[in-house]
Amino acid sequence: MAKSPEEEHPQKVFGWAARDSSGSLSLFHFSRRENADGDVTIKVLYCGVCHSDLHSVKNDWGFTNYPIVPGHEIVGVVTKTGKSVTKFKEGDRVGVGVMVGSCNTCETCQQDLENYCPKVIFTYNSLNHDKTKTYGGYSDMIVVDHRFVLRFPDNLPPDSGAPLLCAGITVYSPMKYYGMTEPGKHLGVAGLGGLGHIAVKIGKAFGLKVTVISTSPAKEDEAINRLGADSFVVSTDPAQLKAAMGTMDYIIDTVSAVHALAPLIGLLKLNGKLVTVGLPNKPLELPIFPLVLGRKLVGGSDVGGIKETQEMLDFCAKHNITSEIELIKMDYINTAMERLAKSDVRYRFVIDVGNSLSQ
Amino acid sequence: MSNEQEHPRKAFGWAARDSSGVLSPFSFSRRESGEKDVTFKVLYCGICHSDLHMVKNEWGFSTYPLVPGHEIVGEVTEVGSNVQKFKVGDKVGVGCIVGACRSCDSCTDHLENYCPKQILTYSAKYYDGTTTYGGYSDIMVADEHFVLRIPDNLPLDCAAPLLCAGITTYSPLRYFGLDKPGMHVGVVGLGGLGHVAVKFAKAMGVKVTVISTSPNKEEEAVKHLGADSFLVSRDQDQMQAAIGTMDGIIDTVSAQHPLLPLIGLLKSHGKLVMVGAPEKPLELPVFPLLMGRKMVAGSGIGGMKETQEMINFAAKHNITADIEVIPIDYLNTAMERLAKADVRYRFVIDIGNTLKARS
Repeated sequence: MAKSPEEEHPQKVFGWAARDSSGSLSLFHFSRRENADGDVTIKVLYCGVCHSDLHSVKNDWGFTNYPIVPGHEIVGVVTKTGKSVTKFKEGDRVGVGVMVGSCNTCETCQQDLENYCPKVIFTYNSLNHDKTKTYGGYSDMIVVDHRFVLRFPDNLPPDSGAPLLCAGITVYSPMKYYGMTEPGKHLGVAGLGGLGHIAVKIGKAFGLKVTVISTSPAKEDEAINRLGADSFVVSTDPAQLKAAMGTMDYIIDTVSAVHALAPLIGLLKLNGKLVTVGLPNKPLELPIFPLVLGRKLVGGSDVGGIKETQEMLDFCAKHNITSEIELIKMDYINTAMERLAKSDVRYRFVIDVGNSLSQ
Repeated sequence: MSNEQEHPRKAFGWAARDSSGVLSPFSFSRRESGEKDVTFKVLYCGICHSDLHMVKNEWGFSTYPLVPGHEIVGEVTEVGSNVQKFKVGDKVGVGCIVGACRSCDSCTDHLENYCPKQILTYSAKYYDGTTTYGGYSDIMVADEHFVLRIPDNLPLDCAAPLLCAGITTYSPLRYFGLDKPGMHVGVVGLGGLGHVAVKFAKAMGVKVTVISTSPNKEEEAVKHLGADSFLVSRDQDQMQAAIGTMDGIIDTVSAQHPLLPLIGLLKSHGKLVMVGAPEKPLELPVFPLLMGRKMVAGSGIGGMKETQEMINFAAKHNITADIEVIPIDYLNTAMERLAKADVRYRFVIDIGNTLKARS
């Protein structure tokens, strides 16, 4: 008979979980493995609320395995390290992002692209090597293979730095891979939410001209005056779209709702690249003619490997890039999820796990 | 002014008069050789599927009467006073464009095919405001910049299709880096473009798999064209077995078709390049694009420098199209057969021997 979540492993832990696709979260007692030789045990201080957490608790993508403890933007402090761990010691401030394991041997893993390993183990809603479920950062502590733990830079605040662990790497990685780092070039950022606002900051740090593309005119003031964007295009305004046609070298599309690609493709210059990092739950319509006539491309990108995630954290520390957050208590999470569903957050909720998660 | 009187030189060809697409003899005129112009007697002209789309106005911008043909080869009869590259008697060709602005970034980068002011070989407006007429005609006059040299060892009739089909498939193999020995590239659709793509890719040292809806093309693909393997796209088992095996795919199909199975065939970081242009948008499944960091791009013909490079490459590797030579009188039947993909793999009109002006 399968063991209950509380009995599965030797260390008792607790967190908040969703039990069904209503997505409603509540206190959940479970357990985690002992700290093995290669493991690091982390007391969780803060955990960002990623839109993927919302998609997952509601089973929007159809593969949620309940009960689910979300959370993959985790910042905490090391409380224990295994015998073979040299990179971390007790008291270190660390982060854990979207994955906690991979096969470690395939070509993809050898190239520091663990996120694309066919056997990648996600921080939650995945299966460990021992086939037990992984549970995420909406919990008091987590045990992670040292190879998937990030060193969290001292000068990055742990609360507003937490979202970098998913949102940050999600936009940083494609910007590097697709060559969106040449100073003076023009980057469009579609969608000004958790991902989008960080893309603006990182884009500016690369020396790019940045235009925010959004359906909400109300976000213009923030985009320009607070986040540093150079300009703003309301994507539902045909005149604004027309004026911006063929002006952008690249676009990062962070929008996770189903939306039209044609206007975005039109904004690209010749050889322009549209990279989609949001995950709509249905296919999008892709017009082919404009791709052929302008040798344009639409690519995807999914977080980044551990090495690159560390590089991103160090880059953000150097440029003082953090997320704009609303710090919440654990028991606010269901309200936060409702507000997130309506994009009512500037721009990431972060749970003060260390101070507000209790049994 | 009538078509016959517009210019000083009498010319003769076949034109479509309306969107029925039916072609018939047509007397018109061409300009005298300007100082940079090359005049040549047309010997052969390939029938591109675009010719069929255009005579029927399927893309909505045809101007009638319309003389198609942009895979034109012949022999120089006259050169303008300032022509540097060609002399009388040279074997030459003209492809899809006969003009461009010559000063924008695209033109300066030898990408005249992406110049916003490019002038198509037929059904477009030349610098002097007159309509351009294509190669289903007895003579051509073109600016030397847009004329290609055909090396002596390439037979003219089966070299003609290289001028569109050849460059259309050669250019993306180079630009998207799908030309490295040992790579595995898929070619979707075994028609005019597809069969030439197979030959080019093989000459570049690439392993080639043809992906087709027609099982009966397998023998040709493998034994005659040199493809390494063949996948029937409607066969789930075959497609499943090939998942994640291709570095890139050149998709030549211009009908509506699903992208999801093709994206599945790509390895991580793989590239699906569309060179066929379906009229309506296709469905783009976003999850697989992200999970494998894959991309869908478009590509359209190539610039003049690259077109010459492609012809020289073809000459070096003895690459020509597989053709069915037809007399001009067969033209309408050929168009009907082309609409049903009933040709192996390009019709080429024997202009030199069969197009005679009616008195």
